[in-house]
Amino acid sequence: MSQTDFHYQKKELPASLTKFALILLSIGVVLSLIAFFVDRERALFGYLVTYMMIVSIAIGSLFMVALEYIAGADWSTPIRRIPEFFSKLLPFLFILVIPLLIFNHDLFHWAHEEAVAEDKILQGKAPYLNITFFVIRTFVFLGLWTLFYWMMIKNSRKQDTTKDQNLTTKNIRLSAIFIPVFAISITFTAIDFMMSLEPHWFSTIYGVYFFSGLVVAALAAITLAVIMLKERGYFSPWMNDDHLFSLGALIFAFVNFWAYIAFSQYLLIWYADLPEESFWYLTRWNGSWAYISILLIIVQFLVPYFALLTQPSKKNPKRLKFISVWLLFAHFVDLFWLIMPNMNSMKDGYTFSWIDLVFPIAGVGFIILIFIMSYKKDNLLPIGDPKLKRGMDFHL
Amino acid sequence: MNNDKNLYCIAATFNTPDEIINAAKKVSGAGYTHFDVNTPYPVHGMDDAMKLKPSKLGFVTLVMGLAGASIALLFMYWNISVDYPLVIGGKPYFALPAFIPITFELTVLLATVSTVAAMIMLFFQLPDNKHPLHDTQYMKSVSNDKYGITIEAIDDKFNETEVENFLKKLNPLNIEYIYFPPVETYPIFQPKFLLLLAGIALVVSGGTYFSLNKLMFMTPFTFMMDQDKLIPQKGSELFADGFGMRKPVAGTVARGFIPYPYKGQVNPTEVLSNPFLPTKENISLGKEKYDIYCSPCHGYFADGDSRLNGQFPNPPTLHSQRARDFSDGMLYHIMTNGQNVMPSYESQITRDERWAIVNYIRVLQRAKNASDADLTEMNKEAGNNVAN
Repeated sequence: MSQTDFHYQKKELPASLTKFALILLSIGVVLSLIAFFVDRERALFGYLVTYMMIVSIAIGSLFMVALEYIAGADWSTPIRRIPEFFSKLLPFLFILVIPLLIFNHDLFHWAHEEAVAEDKILQGKAPYLNITFFVIRTFVFLGLWTLFYWMMIKNSRKQDTTKDQNLTTKNIRLSAIFIPVFAISITFTAIDFMMSLEPHWFSTIYGVYFFSGLVVAALAAITLAVIMLKERGYFSPWMNDDHLFSLGALIFAFVNFWAYIAFSQYLLIWYADLPEESFWYLTRWNGSWAYISILLIIVQFLVPYFALLTQPSKKNPKRLKFISVWLLFAHFVDLFWLIMPNMNSMKDGYTFSWIDLVFPIAGVGFIILIFIMSYKKDNLLPIGDPKLKRGMDFHL
Repeated sequence: MNNDKNLYCIAATFNTPDEIINAAKKVSGAGYTHFDVNTPYPVHGMDDAMKLKPSKLGFVTLVMGLAGASIALLFMYWNISVDYPLVIGGKPYFALPAFIPITFELTVLLATVSTVAAMIMLFFQLPDNKHPLHDTQYMKSVSNDKYGITIEAIDDKFNETEVENFLKKLNPLNIEYIYFPPVETYPIFQPKFLLLLAGIALVVSGGTYFSLNKLMFMTPFTFMMDQDKLIPQKGSELFADGFGMRKPVAGTVARGFIPYPYKGQVNPTEVLSNPFLPTKENISLGKEKYDIYCSPCHGYFADGDSRLNGQFPNPPTLHSQRARDFSDGMLYHIMTNGQNVMPSYESQITRDERWAIVNYIRVLQRAKNASDADLTEMNKEAGNNVAN
């Protein structure tokens, strides 16, 4: 089935989606503000979980864009705009990160000078873990991400009108620079915002662990958006099973990668059994945290693994949609499990609070709203991309 | 048409992948089931055009993967947890996290190796050097730059003229009839073959003999054997006395083997003094060693009541005035040197343990000959313990 006669006609997103996103966002923001005054520590930790979730989807999407350029993939070219839309979240991180920087005292133990003065280990880490350097690092990484976002997306958008093939070459070069920048910056972001919550603990695989989770989350968000749009006819008539299969296979691969990395971290700490390392897992085995630890294995690995194991299941849009939502939830549980047990009041076990629910609501609303904003400005298909036709005719 | 030959298939070649996809669609649409397509590279969409069912190869992977996982797990479970339980790194016998990497590796190994093996041997039915398509013009062109389709004669709908006309309608480059090759026989017991076999045997055995018995002892290969080093139990030209191994310097004392200065004296004029205080730990060590080495003859309480039922002369009691008057060093001397029938225990009991036994014998002697003063002292201690 050749699509040579295909002409792109822009189709607007339904207005109800904007309304839905606005309602979610406003409810979420109001409740978040209330939560902030009710229990500031808990609200900040909850906010941090949602912030890391948004970081995951935003930078993971830009990573997928770069990956397509650098690998020369053509099957994903027609849906490349979806990760591009999601990566528009990156500039907004400058605003979203501010509460975390202002209230660093509530989040980070190492930010307490009196605690550092009594603690030899923290004194040793002070050259890295201090507020000035922390703020500088945060803004340098956010700046780098935004810079690459701005340059790559600008080239991609310009191609829609100029149809200049050199822009693809330019983006391939940018992607090649971006990938190592991405690897280093997300490692330090994971260390700064999550590992340093427990400043006495260390794990060298932590950055890779965060990477494996964030790629799953970004792929799940992309797949969810693709299938929702496909169901409403935005990608007809060219989209076929093989596009879905490729997305499903990527998700499946990274679900396995997450399990591999998570188990590697656990195995080494379990085997060496050194008190300075194993206490981190023991904290996550206190009281009801044990159930969440076991739930994480089931939610993030076992269920998606068996759900996507067979070939037909990766082509089934309904199952893929369900698994995408499921994996977004799974990554949220993963971040929750990484971050929340570091709260002093939660060390002995998880206690439920409505505060845990309000930030995800606001986050979902925010992400959808940004998606709509970038959709309005842009074409859904990169109509100037030389690989577009091949991507549409993609067959395995 | 050649009727003495057995027809295998009729083949048609095409120039482009689009034509071959179209041809495959037409052929499968016409109801042929025994047909195959040969292309220089995988053509996308061919599975659908040929109406192929999904490959069953995945089941081989699944079954062998599960087999690998269970073999690895059961093997380690049986070895390390049941048959010969081993504690490794202070972990439990069944340490599941430690088993996971090996389980994972064996799962992947069996799954991949058996998938490839099954694909080649079961699905491709290779190795097969008698396939009719071998060495045909058709195979030469489709493994280069053409796209070919074959309809086999075993197909239910096969009819030579019909198939030929059908294929001609698709505008092929050419049509080829492919026959089964004549059955060839290879008589192996020919003089030429036997001579060759004998020749190979001669060369192999001669070569082996030469390399093991001659080549090994020629100059460059002997470098490893003829090294300038000392070999235990062999002579050496380096030292004047011709011995390779050296004797230790006179007066050398081996670790843990401090020599006893009064060795061999029956009635020593002087003896060592006890270096150990009779602490609780020391006395309990002494009791342990006494019960093992001394009690068989001397009895558990040093009464000289042997448990050996007369197989060995009973020693006198150690509660006699003579034995009680022995100094600590004398008791140590007797253990080290032996006395009368009693042999030396120097090699069985270490120096420190012998002193501990001396301390324990003192305890036994005092218990057997306790005075009233001892009793009051004991009661006082007991009272203190109660008060505590």
